[in-house]
Amino acid sequence: MRGTVSKASGFLKVVFAIVWKDLAAEWRSRELISGMLVFALLVIFIFNFALELDTQARSTVTSGVLWATFTFAGTLGLNRSMAVEKDRGCLDGLLLAPVDRTAIYFGKTLANFIFMLLVAVIVLPLYSIFYNQNLFIPGLLLVIFLGSLGYVAVGTILASMAVQARTRDILLPILLFPVIIPVLVAAVKASSGFLQGSAFADIQSWLSLLVAYDVIFVAVSFMVFDFVVEE
Amino acid sequence: MIKEQPKLLKTLNIITMVMMLIAIGLVFLYAPMEAVMGPVQKVFYFHVSSTWTGALGFLVSAIAGGFYLRTKKQTWDIISVAGVEIGLVFMLIGIVSGSIWARPIWNTWWTWDPRLTTTTIMELIYLAYFMLRRGIEEPERRARFGAVYSIVGFLSVPLTFLSIRIFRTIHPVIIGSSDPTASGAFDMTGKMTQTFVFSLITYSVLFATLLWHRTRLGKLSAEIEEAKLRINE
Repeated sequence: MRGTVSKASGFLKVVFAIVWKDLAAEWRSRELISGMLVFALLVIFIFNFALELDTQARSTVTSGVLWATFTFAGTLGLNRSMAVEKDRGCLDGLLLAPVDRTAIYFGKTLANFIFMLLVAVIVLPLYSIFYNQNLFIPGLLLVIFLGSLGYVAVGTILASMAVQARTRDILLPILLFPVIIPVLVAAVKASSGFLQGSAFADIQSWLSLLVAYDVIFVAVSFMVFDFVVEE
Repeated sequence: MIKEQPKLLKTLNIITMVMMLIAIGLVFLYAPMEAVMGPVQKVFYFHVSSTWTGALGFLVSAIAGGFYLRTKKQTWDIISVAGVEIGLVFMLIGIVSGSIWARPIWNTWWTWDPRLTTTTIMELIYLAYFMLRRGIEEPERRARFGAVYSIVGFLSVPLTFLSIRIFRTIHPVIIGSSDPTASGAFDMTGKMTQTFVFSLITYSVLFATLLWHRTRLGKLSAEIEEAKLRINE
């Protein structure tokens, strides 16, 4: 196979095969997305009562509520996505396959990324309806894209470590949250900037920070993933 | 089989102790009293030195983690753990001593300033590091995951700092460019600078000594583990 197919397209093929596998499995069981979604809605409802989201409060805390929701729902999804691989021995199967292991990392990351975006795609209109506030602002969507990317890039690698530990249910958020604080700060600030219609110059530094984070952590995860799955 | 400490380490112990005594003497007897803040300013010498040592510990841990992944030699893992342990303790000393200073100067124990927040997030990262290690029984995997997490965690620190920096800060910057809006800033006189530099060096030597001791301890306990396994067989 290596002789006939050029290396880059072979790599992409593997990545997409893994993404396809995850999507197909999810399509049949609908465990992960439905879990994340119901959880996300519950979090929004809890915030509604905890913060008393009246019109005045909403204008300042909407982006915070959204990102807290994505963060919590995200850990749920990440944990589940790696736990199914581990428990049913799928990960060992994947590792036995004669493919570049970083392709496995990118496949899993991309699949988790798609799940995060799907949750956002459903949560955003619901939030818009609940609070009568239009959230479909291109800038906000861009922030969600960049923020989720950084989140899953680190999350996938930490989740694949956490599921191999004895204390895996509590471990992932503890490992993940302190490391993704820059993503959260930047994403919350950029989102509220777009929601309040601030000038682009004010938001730009947050967007640059998000891009920098994404680049650094995709690269680092790419370099260390081999050591996480090596047996 | 009791192994004695190597001669160099014994000498280092004595050097560290003497330097520490001199540093304390300098801080309390040699350095002049700061005119506005009074005696509480003396926290500064050991406060900065402690956080410096803490950061050094985390840096050493990340580098040793990198070497571990490359070579798979247990020594690197032991050094990496030692770095984190020392870093955690000294960062905590830095945070607490800073708090003691902040109470009279800023009129609050705590503020959400980039430095304060970042150092505390660092503490949380490395507490998570130990929880990760504790959750994994197999020593080789524990070392590998520890190394990966110490690298990922360390890399996130500057970004965390940057992200919080964009909020306004009131923490004084004594070394390098000073922000006039910072509260509690002061200019160091010659004697203050000398005391400060000496404290910094003392703490660096203390760090080296502790790292050596902790690494030696780690190696000894690894030997005991192996001996126990041999007896059971």
